[in-house]
Amino acid sequence: MAITLSASDSALAEAPRPVLLTPSQVWGIVMLAPYLLIFLAFVVYPVGYGLWLARDPASYVALYNDPIFARAAVNTLIFLLVGINLKMVIALFLSGFFIQQRGWIKWLSVIFILPWAVPSIPTILSVRFMLNPEWGMVNHLIFNLTGDDGPNWLNDPTIALSMAIGMHIWKSLPFWTLILMTGRLAISQDLFEAAEVDGATWWQKFRFITWPSMQMLYITCTLLSMIWTLGDFNSVYLLTGGGPADLTHVLSTLGIRYLRLDQLSLAMASIVCAMPLVLPLVYFMMKRLSR
Amino acid sequence: MKLPSLREVGTEARLLLIGIPVFIWTMIPIYHMFLFAISPKEDAFSGKLWPDHPTLHNFSIVFHQQHYFLRDFWVQFGNSVVIAVAVGALTLIIATCAAYAISRLRVPGSRIVMNLALFTYFIPAAFLAVPMYRTMGKYGLLNNDWSLILAMVTIASPYAIWVLKQASDKLPVELDEAAVMDGASPLQIFRLVYVPLMMPSLVAIGTYAVLLAWNEYLYAFLLLSNDKAITLPVALGNFLAADDSPWELLMTTGFIYALPPAAVYYAFKRYMVGGLTAGAVKS
Repeated sequence: MAITLSASDSALAEAPRPVLLTPSQVWGIVMLAPYLLIFLAFVVYPVGYGLWLARDPASYVALYNDPIFARAAVNTLIFLLVGINLKMVIALFLSGFFIQQRGWIKWLSVIFILPWAVPSIPTILSVRFMLNPEWGMVNHLIFNLTGDDGPNWLNDPTIALSMAIGMHIWKSLPFWTLILMTGRLAISQDLFEAAEVDGATWWQKFRFITWPSMQMLYITCTLLSMIWTLGDFNSVYLLTGGGPADLTHVLSTLGIRYLRLDQLSLAMASIVCAMPLVLPLVYFMMKRLSR
Repeated sequence: MKLPSLREVGTEARLLLIGIPVFIWTMIPIYHMFLFAISPKEDAFSGKLWPDHPTLHNFSIVFHQQHYFLRDFWVQFGNSVVIAVAVGALTLIIATCAAYAISRLRVPGSRIVMNLALFTYFIPAAFLAVPMYRTMGKYGLLNNDWSLILAMVTIASPYAIWVLKQASDKLPVELDEAAVMDGASPLQIFRLVYVPLMMPSLVAIGTYAVLLAWNEYLYAFLLLSNDKAITLPVALGNFLAADDSPWELLMTTGFIYALPPAAVYYAFKRYMVGGLTAGAVKS
C-alpha cells in the first residue's frame, strides 16, 4: 500500500503536464530519481559553483604569470603524448605476445595483471623508496656493480617526470593489453591461416590483417587513455609530490596544489584551462559510445 | 619422444626473451614491497635483494598498533571496509534502478540522462575533486564517512549505469512482454525477472565499485583528515610527513592493504573480464 501511495505522489510531483504517463513510465521516473539526485547534488552544483569561482579574468592572468602553471601544462602534454603513445604501442605488442597458446604464458598473464589488481598507493610508495638516492635499492645495486653513485632520481625534474610516466605505464599497461587482446582474439583465424599458406611474413600479417581490424579499437583506446591520464593524480603526486621545486606538476596535481595553498579561484581556473584539452576528447568518446 | 625442431626452439626462445623482462618489470615494485615487509629495519635500508634475517615481526607491530603512525590502524582499516562496502551497495542500487528505467521502461528523457552520466564518466575525477571538496564543505560533510561514500558513488555510478544498460539492452524484450501479459507490475518484473538475469553484470559492477572505493586516494585525502576518520591509503600517505618514516612498517601496512583487493579481483576475474572489458571499449 505504501508503495502505491508514494508512486502516485511522485507522479503528481514530477509530472507537471497533465499528460497521462503509463504506470511503467511513472516507475521509471521513480527509479531514475536516486541517480538524478546524486547528479544534481554532486555534479551539477559543484561544477556550476566551480565555474562561478573561476569567472574572474584576474585569476587567468595570475595563472599565465605563474611559471609553475606553464611548466605543468608542458609536463601534461609530455605525459600524454610520450607516455600514452609509448604505453599503447607496448600494449599492442604485448597483446600479440599474450594470445600465444602456451601454458607458461597463461600463468604469466595472471601475474601480469597484478599491477592493475593491487591499489596504486603502496606500489608507488614502494618505487619511491626504491629510487631513494641514499638508501634505495636501485642506487645500492648501481654502487655494487659500478662503484659509482647512481643519479639522484627524484631530484632531477627530467628523470622524476620520466619515472612518473613509467609508474603510470606500469599501473595501466595490463588493462590496455587485456582490451587489445580481446580485439586480437576477435579476428578470424582463417585469415591468418590463408596468409600462412601464401607465405606472408609476420610483419605482413600484422600490417594487412591485424592492424586494419584493430585500428579503430586502438585509436579509441588511445583517446580514452588520454582522458583518464589527464586525471592521473597518484602517479605524480605520490612519487614526486610535484617536486623538485614544483617542476614535475601536471594539471591534475596543480589544481590540488592551489587548493592546499588556499588559492581556490586559481585551482578552478587551472582546471578550466584543461578543458580545451578534455572536451574535444570527451566529445569524440561520447560520439563513439552513446549509440 | 619427439625432439623439438630448431624452428620451435627459436620461437620459444624469442617468446622467453619477451616474457622474462615482462615478468621482472611487473614484479619489481611488488617484490620490493614484500621484501620490506619481511625485513627488519637494518636489512631494509641496506639494499639487499633478500634479507639476512627474514621476519614477520613487522606484521605483528602493525596488527598490535605498536607505532606512532599505526595507532589507529584497525579503525582506519574498518573505515576502508565500511566505505568500500557502502559504495558498492549504493552504486549497485542506484545504477541498477537507473539502468532498468533507461533500458526497459523507456522513460521520456532517459537518453539525456544516459548521455549526462556518460559525460560525467569521461571528466577526469581529479578535476572534479576541487569543486567537490568545496561542495562537501558547504554541505557540512567534511570529515564524515558519508562525504567519501557519496563522492565515490557519484564517480562510480555513471560507468555502472552504462555497463548495466548495455547488458540489459541484450535481454530479450519478449521476457518483459510475457511478464506484462501475466499481469506483473514493473516492480515485479524488476525483482523477479530483471535482477536475476542481470546477476553476472551486477557482480562485476559491485566488484568494480568496491575496488574503486577501496583504492581511492585523492578524494579520501581531501575529504577526510581526522586520524580516526581517514581510510588506509590516506594513512599510508601520512607516513611521508616525517623525515625518518619507518619505511618497513609503511610497506608492511601497504602490503596488508593491497591483499584484499587483489584477492577480490582474482576471485571475481571471471565476471570482471566478461562484464567490464566488453563494456569498456566497444569497437
